[in-house]
Amino acid sequence: MTALLETIGLQKAFGAVIAASDISVAVQRGQTLGLIGNNGAGKTTFINIVTGHLKPDAGRVMLDGKDITGLAPRQVRRDGVSRSFQIPQVFTGLTLDQNLLLALAILRKEGMSSWQPARSDVRTAELDDLLGRFRLRPYREQTIAVLPGGVRKLVDVAMAVTHQPKLLLLDEPTSGVAVEEKFPLMDVIMRAIEGTETTVLFVEHDMDIVGRYADRVLAFSAGRIIADGEPAAVLSNEEVQRYVTGGAA
Amino acid sequence: MHDPEKWKPIFRKDQALYVQRTSVKLAAAILIDGVIDASWLFIVAVGLTLVFGVLNILNFAHGSLFSVGAYAAASAVGWYYGGDLGPPFLGYLLMLGAAVAVALILGPLLERGVLRFFYRRDEVVLVLVTYALFLILEDATKLIWGAESYYASEPYALLGNVSFFGLSYVGYDFALIGLAVVTGLLLWFSLNRTITGKIVLAVIHDREISRAMGVNVTRVFAFAFTLGIFLAALGGAFTAPKISVQPGIGVTVILLSFAVVVIGGLGSVEGAAIAALFVGFARAAAIHLVPWAELFIVYLVMALVLAFRPEGLFRRMSARKI
Amino acid sequence: MAGIVRTLAAAVIACAALALAGFVIPNWLVLVATLAFSKGLVALGIVALMRGGLVSFGQGTFYCAGAYAAGMAMRSFGIGDAALLVALGAIAGLILGIIIAPLLAGYRGIFFATLTLALSMIVYGILNKTYSLGGSDGLNLHAPSFFGYHPARSQNASYALFLFTSLVTVIAAALCRIHFDSVRGLLSHAARDNEIRVEYLGASVRWINGINFVIAAVLGGVGGALSALSLGHIDPDFAFWTTSGEFVFLAILSGYVSVTAVFVAAILLELVRSYSSQYFPNTWQGALGVFLLLIILFLPGGLGSLALRLRPRGAKPARAPAENPNDRAP
Repeated sequence: MTALLETIGLQKAFGAVIAASDISVAVQRGQTLGLIGNNGAGKTTFINIVTGHLKPDAGRVMLDGKDITGLAPRQVRRDGVSRSFQIPQVFTGLTLDQNLLLALAILRKEGMSSWQPARSDVRTAELDDLLGRFRLRPYREQTIAVLPGGVRKLVDVAMAVTHQPKLLLLDEPTSGVAVEEKFPLMDVIMRAIEGTETTVLFVEHDMDIVGRYADRVLAFSAGRIIADGEPAAVLSNEEVQRYVTGGAA
Repeated sequence: MHDPEKWKPIFRKDQALYVQRTSVKLAAAILIDGVIDASWLFIVAVGLTLVFGVLNILNFAHGSLFSVGAYAAASAVGWYYGGDLGPPFLGYLLMLGAAVAVALILGPLLERGVLRFFYRRDEVVLVLVTYALFLILEDATKLIWGAESYYASEPYALLGNVSFFGLSYVGYDFALIGLAVVTGLLLWFSLNRTITGKIVLAVIHDREISRAMGVNVTRVFAFAFTLGIFLAALGGAFTAPKISVQPGIGVTVILLSFAVVVIGGLGSVEGAAIAALFVGFARAAAIHLVPWAELFIVYLVMALVLAFRPEGLFRRMSARKI
Repeated sequence: MAGIVRTLAAAVIACAALALAGFVIPNWLVLVATLAFSKGLVALGIVALMRGGLVSFGQGTFYCAGAYAAGMAMRSFGIGDAALLVALGAIAGLILGIIIAPLLAGYRGIFFATLTLALSMIVYGILNKTYSLGGSDGLNLHAPSFFGYHPARSQNASYALFLFTSLVTVIAAALCRIHFDSVRGLLSHAARDNEIRVEYLGASVRWINGINFVIAAVLGGVGGALSALSLGHIDPDFAFWTTSGEFVFLAILSGYVSVTAVFVAAILLELVRSYSSQYFPNTWQGALGVFLLLIILFLPGGLGSLALRLRPRGAKPARAPAENPNDRAP
């Protein structure tokens, strides 16, 4: 069966910094992958290349057999690949409702109409469902600018999850959030997408979260993948311990 | 009604008289005129690009500061030569002094007095603020110096004439090239080889980290802005003898220096030098061949450069956003 | 849908009110209002662009294109009907806008601003030397007719033009309001707020800015044609930077919250201008500059935001705030 996502020999360098070196990965449908690695190891670069934000110096990205290398992020989104960001990319001047409304409206099959009003008191079933799944109802009328980081993260992910993407890439979904909030946050996110057929890749520094939610782990270091397999195996791998997790098992 | 001739005063019409219509002579004329044009353009544009590099503001009012420099120099020159107050070559020093005075007065006034209130606002707002300053300065110069033209021709005649390829040129224009080269070298040297310069480069590269390292970024801003104004005024002061100084020259200057800065790459001194040459040649070619399309040709060149290098010839490395 | 109905109702009321007002007010005010409305339309176009984060300092290009389209149609083709002339102005704006939008839609901030300025000055320069179009003297136009009605007395002519201009203005304003209130309109705000996110949601910021640019171009063309009819004269000054700058000033003065504010501001500006040109002819630009700074400092949302503050909370649907809360550190 064709892999949902396959990267073949991705290379990317920024001057002397090698951000990606021969990255070849095949991700099957339904998997939940954790990407681990130090800062600068190339995890975000990987996501940036897959989603079209960066063009690789060499190599290809295949989605369901279709070559999506070098396509613009909006085209990749339309093909079914979505992502969230390390620093939540949301519309801080708009209300939470308006943020989600836009996410829903942009990819709607009938397109967006100039005539459809964007009033914040417009309730649609879709919007309500999204708000419910991500526990965002209490904040819906507020402007994002006044909302705390954890809520912004949820909004970021909620926007990415609209229109049932085939592949969801979460870039450090629990970063910037207090330690005791990390698990609950990840929990809300993973439950919200439970039952959909979304394949998830998430970048994470907290190994407990990785252990709990991933069924496969990729370890990055200096632009290469140094380990690939089940969480227990990868986390006890010697190289991974030396370069990523830093501790003895 | 706006007199179309007023709007394009930078080239003196008598220069064209000496060009004979043979293609070699024409090519030579375009080349030389281009380099001469590039000189004052470089001086002005490098000020614009420096201010952008440090403060991240593309100063719309830069052209007006050129204008103020020109007026100040014209007045100083008029007073000096009119009263026959001393040796003729001292007039050049006076022109330099005029530029310095403009910078020392307007630099702190504009930066501390107006711009700093808007640093936290978004980009669009800063564009509007510098545009507002442009409007204010245009009228201020009209109020101070009136609407008639000023001529500061004495310094222009002081260096005699030079002739080659059968073309006759004024010595002053070549001195202008010299001034541009000296300015460029001094700037490059101070930025790259002095401590102050390195601090400025650090602020250009990353404001926050510089601040964290103890750099007084506020003072660097004020300094850079004043330096930028000085360069604009310097360009104006030393171009004044070549042109008729009148209201409206500010617009032409901002449009041309903007093109130079964009072609060269925002924040790059070397870029400004090369781009000034591009624009100088383009303009000279247009003036000799298709005068009505002068500005159009310059922007066409800019469009072509941007098509191949969207961030200009020498782009700065920009940090990751996501 | 309720919002659209309300906007259309407001439009009908506005038309009726203006028609009535035109009867009552003195003739000089009718003339001022007519010119103000045509300029307001151009400023409205800038407002459309500003909502997406772009400021155009060169709307004079389209203002001029519309004016010259109307002028040439009248002089070379003998077309005298106001509606036809304004339609031609709109088409001129549309065509020019469609050609130029792809070239400029990739730019932002100061780049976009200065490129548009350069564009209008290039047009100015070319028109000045084009003697077949009147060169720097421009062309004169005669009074237009309105769907077959040729006003005999000049008083009737000014009222007829006022009515016609008001009609066009109200229609344009209503359409803009509906567009701004729609999801597509919200997208412009989003693009101003966070371009990366818009792209990652599947939309094209270039496309959004391009559409806004074309809207502004059409409005500019319509405004230009109407001004041509109002002034009876067109010349390259329509594309000069001072003209373009005034439209920007109008847009900032009115803010992008309320469409009505644009036209109120336009009338105020025309009134102040006639006063100032009598007493302070040399300081008009400078005064505009000072006012611009004051508005940016103290009333960043423009006049329209004043109106919003006066309304009781909850009566209007939530709109995006006028300021970008994502402050930049110095």
